[in-house]
Amino acid sequence: MADSRTLYREILLDHGKAPRNHAPLPEVTHAATADNPVCGDRILVELTVENEHVREARFTIKGCLIATASASLMTEAVSGHPVAHVERLCGEVEASCDGTSAPDLAALGALSALAAVRDYPARRRCATLPWAALREALGQEQV
Amino acid sequence: MTTPHDTAFPGPVKPEHRLDIRAVRRQFPALRQLVHGHPLAYLDNAATTHKPMPVLDTLVRHYERDNANVHRGLHTLGVRATEAYEHARTRVAQFLGARDAGEIIFTRGTTEAINLVAQSYGRTHLQPGDEIIVTAMEHHANLLPWRRLCTEVGATLRVVPIDDDGGLRVDEYARFLGGTPRLVAIAHAANALGTVNPVAKMTRLAHAVGAVVLVDGALAAAHTPVDVAALDCDFYTCSAHKLYGPTGIGALYGKAALLAAMPPWQMGGDMVLSVDDTAVRYAEPPQRFEAGTPPIADAIAFASALDWLADLGHDRIVAHERALLAHATEALGAVEGVRLVGTTREKVAVVSFNVEGLHAHDVATVLDDAGVAVRGGDQCAQPLMHALGLPGTVRASFAAYNTVDEIDRLVDAVRHARTLLG
Repeated sequence: MADSRTLYREILLDHGKAPRNHAPLPEVTHAATADNPVCGDRILVELTVENEHVREARFTIKGCLIATASASLMTEAVSGHPVAHVERLCGEVEASCDGTSAPDLAALGALSALAAVRDYPARRRCATLPWAALREALGQEQV
Repeated sequence: MTTPHDTAFPGPVKPEHRLDIRAVRRQFPALRQLVHGHPLAYLDNAATTHKPMPVLDTLVRHYERDNANVHRGLHTLGVRATEAYEHARTRVAQFLGARDAGEIIFTRGTTEAINLVAQSYGRTHLQPGDEIIVTAMEHHANLLPWRRLCTEVGATLRVVPIDDDGGLRVDEYARFLGGTPRLVAIAHAANALGTVNPVAKMTRLAHAVGAVVLVDGALAAAHTPVDVAALDCDFYTCSAHKLYGPTGIGALYGKAALLAAMPPWQMGGDMVLSVDDTAVRYAEPPQRFEAGTPPIADAIAFASALDWLADLGHDRIVAHERALLAHATEALGAVEGVRLVGTTREKVAVVSFNVEGLHAHDVATVLDDAGVAVRGGDQCAQPLMHALGLPGTVRASFAAYNTVDEIDRLVDAVRHARTLLG
């Protein structure tokens, strides 16, 4: 039997209902939006990148609890880290959500809760949506 | 405002007219399965219905025995396949109330049927300054083809607004008809909300100002009797897969005189009388609009689905669904934090709703974990959701095989979602 609590764990409920960094960023150097055509959800990720480091990350979302929690956890996880590290993290999170590789739960820390979407194929895109926007933002020229 | 209505609905169900739901369910193998350990409660019928055994049998039997191309083979199997395919056309004509089977064009479904009319009729009959009227509750399939047509021919799209309860502003529609409307495209029943539009009245009003009317029957055809002769609409569309039939097949009804004046849409085999080096003579409708090998088995199985529907009694199905709709509306409406979206009196068996503070996707996931299948999201009607100021809804939609027990499980699962996520 499936128990929705395996997906909606406490940490995701917390970040989904009371997201951190859910506000416009005053000084934006990089930004991108991502859409989920299945539901019409949309996220805007805004970054301040200085000296090859993500100084600050914030987001604005019209989305579900999973996407919101993922974005909240993401902005906490990437702030202050080198861009190269953040790009690597994008790949690791996306792979753990898609089920293409066994997640290194210890290395992912709080983000490991997102890997539960592996068992919910219809919701994988919800969890990876913020990361797709982050990846695109980092790939852009400075705005 | 109360929406005028012109669709006859049956009154209370007499016991002898009730469906034997157990017998009905036995005909649907897909319903006999567990989802996440729970018996499947399939409440996503506005997306697609399941298919009864007679339909599945027809598909297999066609490939086992009669498989051949249509309208070309001089051999026995070719004759059989052609006869069955053309019989299916007659069956669809009868179902929709068309006078002549030649007024039925097989398409991949409603989407293709509407695109056919937009491209073939629209591009040759509309001019700059003309207006096309649609409603704010249209599925993208009955919106985007017209938007593109407007861009192509320089016409203007007018969108009739809706009330807070999801009913059409018929007064606004009447006002729009005072412009330069050339074509009106309206949902018979809105897929996202279930609202039934007064299409007979709207057609009368449109004809009075010389506009041609297309009615999108994708949702309505399974849930309310259709009679194109009584509606007097110029075009009507439906999809077999929402009518207990296969995917990949649907029908466009068009009045014979209109079809005769329309150029081909797609070019290819089976739609020409003769081809020489410079000239082509096109076949008459409906062949003119069926280029290439059609989905033959699916068309024949579409007719089986209509036979199945008729044997069961379309009016009995409608009455059963009305009872389910009434129960779901009352039971869901009683759940704290649930807001029903689309509450007009004239509705087919669709309940759209939101749970306070919860996103439709999250609710749908918790419901799926309980074995309850619903749609969650924008319902392919993003402009409608914008008009309602909603990111989306959860939609439960019913069919002949659904039960009150399944609706009670839906309601319990919604309560659970509130407890878990609220």
